[in-house]
Amino acid sequence: MSNIDVKRTAKLFIGGAFPRSESGRTYEIFDNNQNFLANVALASRKDARDAVVAARSAFTKWSEATAYNRAQVLYRVSELMQGRREQFVEELNLCSKSNKHAENEVDEAINLMVWFAGWADKIAMVTGSSNPVAGPFFDFSIPEPTGVVAAIAPDKSPLLGLVETIASIVVGGNAVIVIASETQPLPAISLAEVLATSDVPGGVVNILTGSYKEIAPWLASHQDVNAIDLSGVESKAIALELEKEAAINLKRVLRPNTKMDGLTRIKTFLETKTVWHPRGF
Amino acid sequence: MVFEYAPAPESTKVVNLKTNYELFIDGKFVKSKNGSTYKTINPATEEVLAEIIEASSEDIDYAVNSARKAFKSWSKLSGAERGKYIYRIARLIQERSRELAVLESMNNGKPIRESRDIDIPLVAAHFFHYAGWADKLDYAGLGKNPQPLGVAGQIIPWNFPLLMLAWKIAPALAAGNTVVLKPAETTPLTALLFAEICQQAELPDGVVNIVTGAGETGRFLVEHPEIDKVAFTGSTEVGRLIAQAVAGTDKKVTLELGGKAANIVFDDAAMDQAVEGVINGIFFNQGHVCCAGSRLLLQESISDEFLNLLYERMKTLRMGDPLDKNTDIGAINSAAQLAKIHALTQAGKSEGAEMWSAPCEIPNKGFWFAPTVFTNVSLSHRIAREEIFGPVLSVLTFRTPDEAIEKANNTPFGLSAGIWTEKGSRILEVAHRLRAGVIWANTFNKFDPTSPFGGYKESGYGREGGRQGLEAYLKAGK
Repeated sequence: MSNIDVKRTAKLFIGGAFPRSESGRTYEIFDNNQNFLANVALASRKDARDAVVAARSAFTKWSEATAYNRAQVLYRVSELMQGRREQFVEELNLCSKSNKHAENEVDEAINLMVWFAGWADKIAMVTGSSNPVAGPFFDFSIPEPTGVVAAIAPDKSPLLGLVETIASIVVGGNAVIVIASETQPLPAISLAEVLATSDVPGGVVNILTGSYKEIAPWLASHQDVNAIDLSGVESKAIALELEKEAAINLKRVLRPNTKMDGLTRIKTFLETKTVWHPRGF
Repeated sequence: MVFEYAPAPESTKVVNLKTNYELFIDGKFVKSKNGSTYKTINPATEEVLAEIIEASSEDIDYAVNSARKAFKSWSKLSGAERGKYIYRIARLIQERSRELAVLESMNNGKPIRESRDIDIPLVAAHFFHYAGWADKLDYAGLGKNPQPLGVAGQIIPWNFPLLMLAWKIAPALAAGNTVVLKPAETTPLTALLFAEICQQAELPDGVVNIVTGAGETGRFLVEHPEIDKVAFTGSTEVGRLIAQAVAGTDKKVTLELGGKAANIVFDDAAMDQAVEGVINGIFFNQGHVCCAGSRLLLQESISDEFLNLLYERMKTLRMGDPLDKNTDIGAINSAAQLAKIHALTQAGKSEGAEMWSAPCEIPNKGFWFAPTVFTNVSLSHRIAREEIFGPVLSVLTFRTPDEAIEKANNTPFGLSAGIWTEKGSRILEVAHRLRAGVIWANTFNKFDPTSPFGGYKESGYGREGGRQGLEAYLKAGK
């Protein structure tokens, strides 16, 4: 007797839970041969706002976690990604150029997660400073997370680009709302399942599927979002509009096609805090 | 007891004012192509000091092109050689420090005690610090062989005219950029004197260009297509416009904007020190300080005692001639700023807060505002939310450390904050939880070229000072 597959409903990932879009909308995705793959949740403005609320409430605890703890939590994510390697490869294969290409992307994504995880307790050592001011003061500068970050992940690199986006933002203690690849959202949905079963607190990473053209403007103008990563925005006109919206509350903006190494990417979503105290008896 | 002092004004003879000033472009003082002029005054006397050019878009074009031309050779000069020019500038500033201090106080209205002992020494220190960075850029944090950005368009405010110029120009030059700087409309004179210093230092033509004017001139500069970097210090309102103006371009931006800092005094604070710190926090430079401690958060159990000490101390503050060495509080920088302070204090009264001002004699001429405290202030009052940028302190109270932190962070700004307590662990925990870029514990309003300065949230982005400040003018090498 043949066995009928049980298919997965493709949902959003907000506050550690898997809701459908509150709008009830979905969109169809297809493989390379135009075969139907799934009905994916089409996130709405309300979903984006819910995700900001979830991210803000998760931010305090995550930013207060010790760097060592954040390192372990993110390393654990790479362990769980390794366990699902075949699933990721299979999903990438549906739209990938070749099996080899898909395998490479998954391996690179896992390695990148390990790399970023290891940065958690080194960022302050490398970017912070003890400042030799001209006076009897102890003065030091340390990096701190910017807060809630909205991100548009690259469409063309549905797992590797997504992992780079998420890891570089949360490793420093930020919470993120990321809009996944519109055309290839399945790896993002699987990554959400990895995150849900890892030790990443609910709300630290929120993944929306759907059209960034529709959702991103609401995040760019949202008063409780502190920074926006436009890496995945291909249209110059849309990037311009989003950057203008982001100016409303002076969000930190990472523009599309900005070439930078991983540490510079991490630093994009960090603030420097300087603390002074006098010396004396 | 109040001691009577005889007047002790600093002589203005050290300053040679011209009747009118030209623009400084390509190493020379030049006439405007078609700009208009305006008069800059001494805010303490309302006397006209000189006539200043309001640079036109053609002037900006000329200045930016000169900076672009100079960039080719300046960026190729070895770091060691660039550094020596910057060291020369630092030394010339030290040599001419009295002249700069007097001129700063004349044009800005700040007490000579501050311009002489704080502003100008810090200006020299900034150039000295960044001069030494010029040949050490590999250690700036961007890997080997980092590159300058190109031409920087820099716009600075009127509260620390020459110090803000130093914060902008010193790191830009050290990193190999060239600059076009616009001083504030009301305080152009020390920047124009700085242009002379560049000539005396034989700085190559076009490396530093000084263009005067108001907001419109600034807009021409920000929007000029040949600018690679915009550095702005000023209001959050203008900061937003700049962030919008550069959207979609490759221009890098740093913004140093407004603040509404909480100065938190706990019940175990050393009271006399805390009173001095609160006074310095809000009345330094007439409160024309973006990081001013404009919201005093007092623990409820000590609030009456503290306020009495504060009022007694405020009664001894001397307001008057900025050039008098005994003056604590100088003039408000402009009629427009004075009107803004009046409007906000009026709002404070009409919203139900109680206003108390130190008994000061207000001079007949000039712009003055007596040191003022508002009590019975609630978080929703405009005087607790908006930047007044004057000698006006709003007092709120709290019971627990959590409440203090909650109130301190309840603002769209995040530039600075102060903590007064004798308990070390409390300092570190409160400093950790405050969302602000600079935290002063048991001190306030301290600045140093090695110490990064800048805000969280709507107080802007990027840092000035130290290695972090240098990074703002560099990109990774290839």
